[in-house]
Amino acid sequence: MENHKLAAAIAYRLLNQTKHSSKKIIHQRLLIPNFSQLNPLSSTSGFTRHASVPLKRFLASYRWDLQKSSLIRMQNISAIHHRKFGSVASAVVQRNPNFSTINNDDLIYFEKILGAKKVIQDHEELETANTDWMHKYKGSSKLMLQPENTTELSQILEYCNSRRLAVVPQGGNTGLVGGSVPVFDEVIISTRRMNNIISFDQVSGVLVCEAGCILENLISFLDKKGFIMPLDLGAKGSCQIGGNISTNAGGLRLVRYGSLHGTVLGLEAVLANGSVIDMLGTLRKDNTGYDLKHLFIGSEGSLGIITKVSILTPPKLSSVNIAFLACQDYISCQKLLFQAKRRLGEILSAFEFLDSQAMNLVLHHLDGVRNPLPSSIYNFYVLIETTGSNESNDKATLEAFLLHAMESGLVSDGALAQDFSQASSFWHIREGIPEALMKAGAVYKYDLSLPVEKMYDLVEEIRTRLGSAANVVGYGHLGDGNLHLNVSAPQYDDAILSQIEPFVYEWTSRHRGSISAEHGLGLMKAEKIYYSKSSETVQLMASIKKLLDPNGILNPYKVIPSSLSSSSIEAYDKVSLLIFSNVQDVHMKSQPTICKLPWSTF
Amino acid sequence: MKIMVAIKRVVDYAVKIRIKSDKSGVDTTNVKMSMNPFCEIALEEALRIKEAGLASEVVAVSMGPTQCVDTLRTGLAMGADRGIHVDAPSPLYPLMVAKLLKALVHLEKPGLLILGKQAIDDDCNQTGQMVAALLNWPQGTFASKLVLDKEKNSATVDREVDGGLETLSLDLPAVITTDLRLNQPRYATLPNIMKAKSKPIKKMSLAELNVELRSDLEVVQVTAPPVRKAGVILSSVDELVDKLKNEAHVI
Repeated sequence: MENHKLAAAIAYRLLNQTKHSSKKIIHQRLLIPNFSQLNPLSSTSGFTRHASVPLKRFLASYRWDLQKSSLIRMQNISAIHHRKFGSVASAVVQRNPNFSTINNDDLIYFEKILGAKKVIQDHEELETANTDWMHKYKGSSKLMLQPENTTELSQILEYCNSRRLAVVPQGGNTGLVGGSVPVFDEVIISTRRMNNIISFDQVSGVLVCEAGCILENLISFLDKKGFIMPLDLGAKGSCQIGGNISTNAGGLRLVRYGSLHGTVLGLEAVLANGSVIDMLGTLRKDNTGYDLKHLFIGSEGSLGIITKVSILTPPKLSSVNIAFLACQDYISCQKLLFQAKRRLGEILSAFEFLDSQAMNLVLHHLDGVRNPLPSSIYNFYVLIETTGSNESNDKATLEAFLLHAMESGLVSDGALAQDFSQASSFWHIREGIPEALMKAGAVYKYDLSLPVEKMYDLVEEIRTRLGSAANVVGYGHLGDGNLHLNVSAPQYDDAILSQIEPFVYEWTSRHRGSISAEHGLGLMKAEKIYYSKSSETVQLMASIKKLLDPNGILNPYKVIPSSLSSSSIEAYDKVSLLIFSNVQDVHMKSQPTICKLPWSTF
Repeated sequence: MKIMVAIKRVVDYAVKIRIKSDKSGVDTTNVKMSMNPFCEIALEEALRIKEAGLASEVVAVSMGPTQCVDTLRTGLAMGADRGIHVDAPSPLYPLMVAKLLKALVHLEKPGLLILGKQAIDDDCNQTGQMVAALLNWPQGTFASKLVLDKEKNSATVDREVDGGLETLSLDLPAVITTDLRLNQPRYATLPNIMKAKSKPIKKMSLAELNVELRSDLEVVQVTAPPVRKAGVILSSVDELVDKLKNEAHVI
C-alpha cells in the first residue's frame, strides 16, 4: 500500500509540473483514470475550467481505478508528455513489440504471390514512400508491396495478419497528418497499381473504379462524358480516390455536393484477416441492414483497406462563373456568405476565403500568379464560384448579387473571370496556398471546424501569441465553417510549437469545434481525439477496431489513442509503472525508468 | 487620338471542342464563348495607351450575331469607352471583316486600329493585313512591343518574326496586330463592370455601312485529326529492326 501511495504521489507531482499552464491535470485527460469520477460536471470535450484536484481525492479515485482497469494509461504518460514538446512525433511513440519484423521467408512468399516487380525494396523508392508530403514525418519501412487486384491484396493481408506484420495502406501519400507513412518499419501496401475504371453508367452517373485511380484522371475521364467528380481538392494530381474516401476528404465543392458519406454509393474493402467485404452497390437507395460502408469512409485505413469504389457523379453544368472579391474585415466576409447563400442559392458551388498574409505568400512564392486586385491591399479575399445550366441567367444573378454587395459596402473591390484561363488563375491562387507555405519553410498546419463568427478570432489570438516569431496565415472553406490555420516559420522550433499547442486545441474544444475538420487524425492528432469526442464514443471506436482488426496491424499508432488499441493492451502484461525522473526538463533528455510493484499491492 | 479595337467572339480556348456529326463545322451549342485572347491583348494595349495620356478614347467593335454584345460588354468592363456592334450573320470571313472595318474607320476616323493577330477558331491571320491594304495604311503585325511618339506622329513596333525580332517605325494612322507577348490583359473589376452597363453600344447594319455580304470562301468539310495511336513497347533491337522492315517499310 505504501509503495502504491508513493507511486500515486509521484504521478500527481508529475502531472502538476508540466510546462504548459496552471490547469495541468485537466489537460492530461488520459492520465487521470476515469476523470469523470473526479468531476461529474466535466464536459464531453474533455476540457473544464475547474482548478486542480486536491491530492486526497486524486489518490482515492486513482487507487479505485487502478484496481478496476488496466495500467495502460499510466504508461502513456511518457508518450503524451513527449508529444506535447517534440515536433517529430514518431520519435516518441514506442514501437509495439508485438509486431514481427520481416524475414526472408516473408519476402519469398510475397514474391510468389505478387511477382518480383511488385515487391519494392529499392532504397530510393522507399525513401519517397516513407516520407509524407510535408516532409514532417518519416518512417523506416524496408518493404513496399504493390498489389494489382483485390485477390492479391487479400492474400497479402491474410499473410501479414498471420505473421503479425504491421501494414500501412498508402495511396497518393498526400495526407497532411502523417497517416499515410509508416511510423516504424510497417510494410507499405500501395494501391497505385489498382487504377482501373471498371464501369460508368451514362444515365445515372454512377462511376465504379478501383481505389488507386488518381482523382485528376477520374475528373478528365468524366469530363469527356459530361460529368464531374463531387469532390475537388488541390492535391488532385496525386491523390487517389481510395485515400480520399478513407480520409473522408472534403475539398472545395463540399458546400454544393456534400461529403463523401453522401456521394459514395458502395465500396469493396479488405479486412485485416484478408476477408473481402463486397459492399459495392450502385443503388441510390438500399436500406437493407446496417450501412457498414460508412465505417470505412473516414477510418483512415485503420479498419480495412478500400479496394473498389462506386460513387455518384453530378452532371457537368455548362455555366461556371467565378468572382474574386476583396473585403476589409472578417464580419463582411461572414455577411457576404449569408447573402451568397440567399441570393445565389442553388447555383453557389464554392465559397473560399483567404487573408492578406496568405495572398502575400502566394504572390511571393509561386510563379505565374498575379493579384487580380492590385490597386490596393485588402485584409480578406473571398472566392465565389457558381455552377448552373444557363449562362446568361447565372451571369445576371451573380452580377446582381455582386452589385448589391458593393452597394452595401460588404465588398471593397472584385474581379469577375471572363474566360476559363482567368477562372483557373483565380483557383490557382487559392489552391496554391499549401504549396507556397511549403516553400516558405516550416509550417504548422491546423485544420479546424469552428462556428463561422468565431473563426478568425482564433487566427488573431495565435498571431498575438506568436508576435514576430512566425507568420500566421488563415484561409479555408468559409462555406463549410472550416478554417485552415497555418503557422509559417523559417524552421521547426519547439518554442513556437509550445505557444500554439495545446492552446489551439483547447480553444477549439471550448467553442465545441472539431480539431480536425477534414484532414483526419493520422499520427499528428492520434492522442488528441478527446478534444472533440467523449471518452464513451472513443471506447466504442476502440471496440470496433478490436473487432475488425484484432491484431491491430492496420495503420497502427494512428487515429485513436494507442492505449485503446488492442495491440498495446496485449503488450503490457507485466505489472509495471513508468515514472519520469527529472520532470523539470522534459525536453527529451529524461529517460523513463520502470518501477515494478508487487501484485499484492492491488 | 481615337483608338479602334476589333474584337471577336470565339469558343473559349480551354473548351474541348467537338465536330458536328455532319462534318459541317465545330459544335458551338451550349459551349462557353469568350473574347478571342489576342483581341483581349489588343484591347489591353489600347487601354494602356489611353492611360498613358496618348489617346482620348477607345472604341471596341465587333461583328456578328446578337450575342456579340456580351463580348462587347466584357470589353467595356475592361475599360473601353464605347462599343459598336455590326449586326451580320456568321460566319464572317476575313475579307468581309476587313471591308466592314474599312467602312467603320471612314466613319470614326481613329488614329490607330489594333486587332489580334488571328482568331483562335479559324487561325486565319488575314484580317489585319487585308484592312491595312484596303485603307492603304502602314501595318505592324505580330507586335510584341508598341511605343507611340506623339510629336512625330509615329509608332515603333517590335515584330516577332521567324528569324527573331524586327523593329519597324510606322507613320500614324496605322494598323497593328498583337502577338502573345505584348502584354497581360487585366481582369474586369466590379466597379468597371457596373460602369460598363451604362456605356453605349451602337448597333449598325451592313446596309448603313454600305457593304455587301459576299461569301468568297466555302467550308466544304471539317474533320478531326486522326486519333494518335498508342505506341508499342518492344523488347529487343531485333524486334525493332523487324518491325521497321516489315511493318513500317522504312528500311
